[in-house]
Amino acid sequence: MPRLVNLYPSRGSALALGALPFLILIAAYLFGSAARLAENPDDKLLPAPSAFVDTLKSYAVEEDRRSGEVLWWLDTGASMKRLLVALAISAFIGIAGGLAIGALPVMRSLFGPFVAALAMIPPLAILPILFIALGLGEVAKIALIVFGVAPCIVRDVSLRAGELPKEQLIKAQTLGASSWLLATRVILPQLWPRLIDALRLTLGSAWLFLIAAEAIASTEGLGYRIFLVRRYMAMDVILPYVIWITLLAYTMDWLLRLARARFFPWAETR
Amino acid sequence: MASVTVKHLWKEYGDQVVLENLNLHVADREFVTIIGASGCGKTTFLRMLLGVEQPTKGQLLIDGQPVPAEPGPDRGIVFQRYSLFPHLSVLDNLMLGLEFSGSRWLGKLFGAKRREALEKAESLLEAIGLHTARDKYPSQLSGGMQQRLSIAQSVIREPKILLLDEPFGALDPGITADMHEIILRLWQANRMTIFMITHDLKESFQLGTRLLVFDKRRHDPHAPERYGATVTYDIPLNRKKHTAPTPALTAELVR
Repeated sequence: MPRLVNLYPSRGSALALGALPFLILIAAYLFGSAARLAENPDDKLLPAPSAFVDTLKSYAVEEDRRSGEVLWWLDTGASMKRLLVALAISAFIGIAGGLAIGALPVMRSLFGPFVAALAMIPPLAILPILFIALGLGEVAKIALIVFGVAPCIVRDVSLRAGELPKEQLIKAQTLGASSWLLATRVILPQLWPRLIDALRLTLGSAWLFLIAAEAIASTEGLGYRIFLVRRYMAMDVILPYVIWITLLAYTMDWLLRLARARFFPWAETR
Repeated sequence: MASVTVKHLWKEYGDQVVLENLNLHVADREFVTIIGASGCGKTTFLRMLLGVEQPTKGQLLIDGQPVPAEPGPDRGIVFQRYSLFPHLSVLDNLMLGLEFSGSRWLGKLFGAKRREALEKAESLLEAIGLHTARDKYPSQLSGGMQQRLSIAQSVIREPKILLLDEPFGALDPGITADMHEIILRLWQANRMTIFMITHDLKESFQLGTRLLVFDKRRHDPHAPERYGATVTYDIPLNRKKHTAPTPALTAELVR
C-alpha cells in the first residue's frame, strides 16, 4: 500500500470521485424533499422534481402571460449582457492599467497607492452613490461590477508585470527596444495569460455584484427574478435559476481556461 | 571598434567599497575573461559596462566616450538565466532584435524587410544548430540550447561589445565544449570585444585572449566592507599556444 499522498486515482475513478459529491447532494435533496412532502403536500421549501419541470416549462418555453416574453431567456440575456459588458470594460482597464503601472515606475508611483486604496472600498457601499449619480438604469449596474472587479485585475496584472525577470527587460533594451516596444512586444504579451487568470478569479465577485445590483433596481435579469419570486417563497423557481447561474458561471470559467491554453500555450505549466 | 578604458574607477554602495581604483585598457576585439571570488565586483563591473549601474568615481569609457546610463544595442548581454522571452518561439526570439531596429512602432517586420531578417535569423539558427527547434518555445529547450539561443539573440544586433555573465555556469560540464566552439565562432565572425565572467579557471584560460583576476588587495578582518576589489592579475593569453595556468598561479587563484 503506497502512502496516501502517492495514491493517484485512475481517469475513470477520478471522474467517479468528482461526481460523488454532486450525487450525494442530489440524493440528499430528493430524500429531504420526499420526506417533507410526505408530511405536508403543500410544502414549498424543497419542491419535488416534477415541480421543477413545470417551472422550467412555464419560464423557459412558454411566454409570460403579462409581458409576452419568455422570462428565462429574457432574464439570461439581460444579465449576460450586463456581465459581459462589465467584464470587457474591466479587462480593458485591467490590462491597460496593469501594463502602465507594471512597466513604468513613474506610473507605479502615481497610481499604485490609489488603485490599492480603490480596491479596498467595498463596492456595495458605493452602490447608492452609483444609483444616485448614474440613475437606476444599466449604467449603474455595469459600473458597480466594473468598480468591484477592475481594481483587483489592475493590481493582479501589474504585479505580474513586476514579476518579470529584470534580466529580460535589460536584454530587450540591449536589443534596441524603446519603452514603447518594451511595453508592447515584451511585457504586454506576457500579461494576457495573467489577465485571463485574474478574470477567472474575479468572475465570482462579478456575479455577486450583478445579482446585488439587479436585486435592488431592475425590471429583468436573473438576480431580479430570484429576489422577485422570493416573496412567494417560490423555491421551484429560485433553485433552477441558481443552478442555471452556476452553470453559466462555470461555462465562462471553462471557456476562459480553454482560451488561455489555446492562445497562450507557452504559459501553460507542464 | 570598441576599446574600453577604465580610469581610477571606484564603485561604492554607501560604506561598502566594491571596486577600488580600477585601471584598465582593453583593445578592440579582445576576448577578456574575468574570474574572481564571489562578491569581488565582477558582476558590478559588467553591470557598469551594461549601463545599469554607474561608477561612483572615475571614468569608464568605450572608444573614449563615457558608457551611456542605459543599456543599448551597442552592448549585448547574456545572463546565466532568464534572458529569453518565454512568449516567443525560438525563431521569434532571434528575430526580435531585428524587428526592434526595423520597426519603431509595431516592432514587427513585413514583406521584403521581414524576408531579409528571416534569412539572417535562419542562418544564425543553422550556425548554432537550433534550426530544427525553430518553432519551439524557450521552456521546451534544454539549458544548453537556451544559452546558445541567448548568445545568438545578442549577436544578431551586431553589438560592439558582448558581455557574458557566467553564461555556462548552470550547464552540464559535458556541453560546455560545444558552447565554447560557438562563442569563439561568433566572436570571430562578428567584430566584437567580449567580456566574460566565469568561475571555471580552465575555461577562462581556454577562451580568452586576456584574463583578468578580480580580488581584494587589502583586507580588514574587522571591517570587510572597507576595501574593494581591483584587478590583481592581468594575464595576456595566446589561445593558439593554449596557455595553461601554471601550478603556482592556480594555487594562488583558487586560494
